[in-house]
Amino acid sequence: MVDIRSGADEVIPLAEVEDVELYHPKSWWTHYVFSQDAKIIAIQYSLTATAIGMVALVLSWLIRLQLGFPGTFNFIDADHYYQFITMHGMIMVIYLLTALFLGGFGNYLIPLMVGARDMVFPYANMLSYWLYLLAVLILAAGFFVPGGPTGAGWTLYPPQAVLSGTPGGQDWGILVMLSSLILFIIGFTMGGLNYVVTVLQGRARGMTLMRMPLTIWGIFTATVMALLAFPALFVACVMMLFDRLLGTSFFMPAIVEMGTQLKQGGGSPILFQHLFWFFGHPEVYIVALPAFGIVSDLISTHARKNIFGYRMMVWAIVIIGALSFVVWAHHMYVSGMNPNFGFFFATTTLIIAVPTAIKVYNWVLTLWRGDIHLTLPMLFALAFIVTFVNGGLTGLFLGNVVVDVPLSDTMFVVAHFHMVMGVAPIMVIFGAIYHWYPKVTGRMLNEAMGQIHFWVTFLGAYLIFFPMHYLGLLGIPRRYHELGETAFIPESAHTLNMFISVMALTVGAAQILFLFNLAWSLKRGRPSGGNPWRATTLEWQTPQTPPAHGNWGKELPVVYRWAYDYSVPGAAEDFIPQNQPGLGMPTREHAS
Amino acid sequence: MAVVLILVILAVGSVVFHLLSPWWWTPIASNWNYIDNTIIITFWITGFVFVAVVLFVAYCVLRFRHRPGNRAAYEPENKKLEVWLASVTAVGVAAMLTPGLFVWNQFVTVPAGATEVEVVGQQWLWSFRLPGANAKLGTSETRAIGDGNALGVNPNDPNGLDDLIIEGGELHLLVDKPVKMLLRSVDVLHDFYVPEFRAKMDMVPGMVTYFWFTPTRTGTFEVLCAELCGTGHPQMRGTVVVDNEADYQAWLEQQQTFTQLLAASQQPTAIASSTSPGK
Repeated sequence: MVDIRSGADEVIPLAEVEDVELYHPKSWWTHYVFSQDAKIIAIQYSLTATAIGMVALVLSWLIRLQLGFPGTFNFIDADHYYQFITMHGMIMVIYLLTALFLGGFGNYLIPLMVGARDMVFPYANMLSYWLYLLAVLILAAGFFVPGGPTGAGWTLYPPQAVLSGTPGGQDWGILVMLSSLILFIIGFTMGGLNYVVTVLQGRARGMTLMRMPLTIWGIFTATVMALLAFPALFVACVMMLFDRLLGTSFFMPAIVEMGTQLKQGGGSPILFQHLFWFFGHPEVYIVALPAFGIVSDLISTHARKNIFGYRMMVWAIVIIGALSFVVWAHHMYVSGMNPNFGFFFATTTLIIAVPTAIKVYNWVLTLWRGDIHLTLPMLFALAFIVTFVNGGLTGLFLGNVVVDVPLSDTMFVVAHFHMVMGVAPIMVIFGAIYHWYPKVTGRMLNEAMGQIHFWVTFLGAYLIFFPMHYLGLLGIPRRYHELGETAFIPESAHTLNMFISVMALTVGAAQILFLFNLAWSLKRGRPSGGNPWRATTLEWQTPQTPPAHGNWGKELPVVYRWAYDYSVPGAAEDFIPQNQPGLGMPTREHAS
Repeated sequence: MAVVLILVILAVGSVVFHLLSPWWWTPIASNWNYIDNTIIITFWITGFVFVAVVLFVAYCVLRFRHRPGNRAAYEPENKKLEVWLASVTAVGVAAMLTPGLFVWNQFVTVPAGATEVEVVGQQWLWSFRLPGANAKLGTSETRAIGDGNALGVNPNDPNGLDDLIIEGGELHLLVDKPVKMLLRSVDVLHDFYVPEFRAKMDMVPGMVTYFWFTPTRTGTFEVLCAELCGTGHPQMRGTVVVDNEADYQAWLEQQQTFTQLLAASQQPTAIASSTSPGK
């Protein structure tokens, strides 16, 4: 039996902890622009992701304007609508969520939370960001190239993605998208290797794997998954580029397009779908696992209680990560693949529900008999639990193969994935920003603005996506820029669409308040001190706030305990930092 | 306590919304009420879990929110509770999966007596092909598409010569007769979707996909495309009419065979009358 609480009495000898050789910046340029400091890179990643995320937000407004008030906005024609949904989806999933969780939070938190001075390969880390920026710029350039961006849907299914019936199919749009994705993956790989190796090799003395905060477990596992999953997308992108530019036939069967026999033949459109979802399903968990990890730490810290069932939580993350590689075809139940696959993929998919449910139980059991401070991070964590449980449960509909048949390709799917991998992880992102902003800037975010931001975002998002499931149940297909006259769709469905659109505009507007808060608090926020939440993990124990280059001053921290010693009986305070040897009391009373 | 109140309203409100929602599935017109039943089971189980978790969170916030002098309990693990919860979850998951897999087995097992009907998708039009007098569909391939042969029926296959071709028109089906829908596309992905039938399947160029169902009531139903197929995707509509025996036979007699269409295409004047009415 491993006693995860142990370590309070162990004496760990000091290691050689002199300053390691780091590249210290010599000019303003190498300090703030071409920086090799993971913390600066993290901020660069976060700001870039936020900027392109704002584009996705505006696109979502345009999408909702069209769906809520079809025919009112003449500049949104069918071509534009499909370009908007494609760019919105791709930006949110890859360029915002993946980049922010791994490039943003990963860079900032991994070295600080494991007690390292920096990432192990700072130069590759810097390159990772610049490739990411290049990928974002190329993606955004899609709006300005002839024909505009691709309108193939974020799944980019061939053959339509490269044919003329789709915006950007025979113009530049699809080329720009594929090139951007390829660059993103190359850049991510450089960063991803860094995150993995830093967690494995760069931990401070005493920081065993089973003492790491769950934030690190989540980011670490997600990064390993991303390193295994993104190559499938990479290959799919390269092959589609060849099909489009060189006339190869990886994904192109014999086709008659608008009466013309195309030259290609013999390829398989379904092959692309397998490659895409072999990446695409793990991608869901690449976004979700960091959120799982971070929210665990938010709940534990702000409920002043150890995370319940830490070891179970770690194993659940690892098991979910592994299982998520054998469920991809549940996105393809009605794709025309051999239907017997359905038995296997439905079973694996529903099995994932068990470790996922365990995580939910452990979050709510952490609240049980806690000392719950309703801070903004805690509020967002609660909102995460509600929206994640909601979105996770509707996954049990879509994962159960036969139930998926009527619901697939309807608004039910749109509502499901927005709730579970849009709203829920974004709740965690907000919670995490309110939580760590003081460490990054030395100041607290404004509470009043934060409260408004929280309530509008949480309730508004729920009111957008909960009713949307019922439009799908009714049978309304997704990716329709107008429903037209359709016998089975009642007038009331249009009214609901209008309501959803109004809520979407409102929730979007609340994000502007949030961005304003980020800027305003930079100068005018209340000074936070080094550890405003009285948290145990190492990043709150740095000698300076914000931490200087190298993080730890002269000596690296030494870790004596797990990350969750909150409210330990007999301890002087209701938290014991990981780098504190004893209980913080003159006399050591031991509680079992 | 605003937070507690709002969480309770959210949980209860979601259930009330579900019960009162005017947005519910269309009246079913096929044998797949098993699917509807599985959805109902899933709604009950997941709805219970959702309400239980949200109310539990609300209770925790009410009971354990910070008050001066409070201190949290210290309980890192509770193996018994964790195993118990995992087991209950596994049972709940099995209760949804098991009926699901049974129904899926029915879904993929086409009954022996099913009539074969072919649906062909192209941007942005539905066409259909029914077996002729010999009750067999001829083979087809995309490369064979040309004048008078919009669906690519193999002209060298005698089985195909008497096939009935309905280009861009309505499809009629016989009520209470199982039908196997063979699905083909000549250009991009499409998906034959009639909400009232519950079943749907993608159509993939280069291969033939299928699903089966039995229409259980007569009527006219709208066909939608459920897989993004380009700019005209929402406008790709068609019509399926489920007939009784007499109406069905009357309709069948009006349809043209592949041979007739081929012949018509060789007489320039006949083209206008034999081409499809369009979508």
